[in-house]
Amino acid sequence: MNVFFYIAASVAIISTIMAISGKNAIHSLLYLILSLLAVSVIFYLLSAPFIAALEVIIYAGAIMVLFIFVTMMLNIGLEREAENKWLKPRMWIVPSILAVILLITLILALRNVEPTAPDKEAILPKEVGISLFSTYLLGVEIAAILLMAGVIGAYHLGSQKKKVIHRFLKTS
Amino acid sequence: MLTVPIGTQIIFAGILFLLGLVGLLVRRNMIFMLMSIEVMFNSAGLVFIIAGTHWKQPDGQVMFIFILAVTAVEVSIALALILQVYHHFKTLDADAVNNLKDTN
Repeated sequence: MNVFFYIAASVAIISTIMAISGKNAIHSLLYLILSLLAVSVIFYLLSAPFIAALEVIIYAGAIMVLFIFVTMMLNIGLEREAENKWLKPRMWIVPSILAVILLITLILALRNVEPTAPDKEAILPKEVGISLFSTYLLGVEIAAILLMAGVIGAYHLGSQKKKVIHRFLKTS
Repeated sequence: MLTVPIGTQIIFAGILFLLGLVGLLVRRNMIFMLMSIEVMFNSAGLVFIIAGTHWKQPDGQVMFIFILAVTAVEVSIALALILQVYHHFKTLDADAVNNLKDTN
């Protein structure tokens, strides 16, 4: 199992470096998704399968899609020649290789797992849920208030406001 | 299961955090700065999971769920702010918005 950890860690580090050093925002976001998937593999290896699923669903699935929507709304880094560039191998060969390495790692790691009995070492979602809703109940409520504030704040900031405060203050 | 020493795992999380920090300090594009913050959040959560696995307690995973909630809120607010800044200044450069007073 140790070699899988090192492979996934290498993929995570390489794709993070590519993400923060890229020119094109969309390509960097896709590298960042790859980095999150690699970290998800590491979570699985660390016997936290529930968190691995959450990482894929929420981080890579929801938050990064939000990023990509906003980046596409802002329309940066997409020229007319973009589609011609995507067909060149150097644009997609590195992420494809990294993703295939991750997939092979995951398949090999899953083959080593006994299919019947659950892992003795793994911290199951049941324990996490019991701890979350008993010991950390106050934290859950604070997180709910935070999410509520986030919804209101995003709605307020996202609405297009008029710049003119009053018609007498309008200069031009 | 995994027998990688915990020091190596923490070092890996530290490398990820450092990459995010370097990205935050070097890049001036706001989208990239936000992505670097995401990397840093993720590595902090990774440390929680590593510690929770090491001591076989569910608390680390609970903390990761809290980090997930905080990250979701932070990303939505920050992206709304970035949209407003882009509509106002027509740029994503963080150095372009260092004036408190509106000079336009």
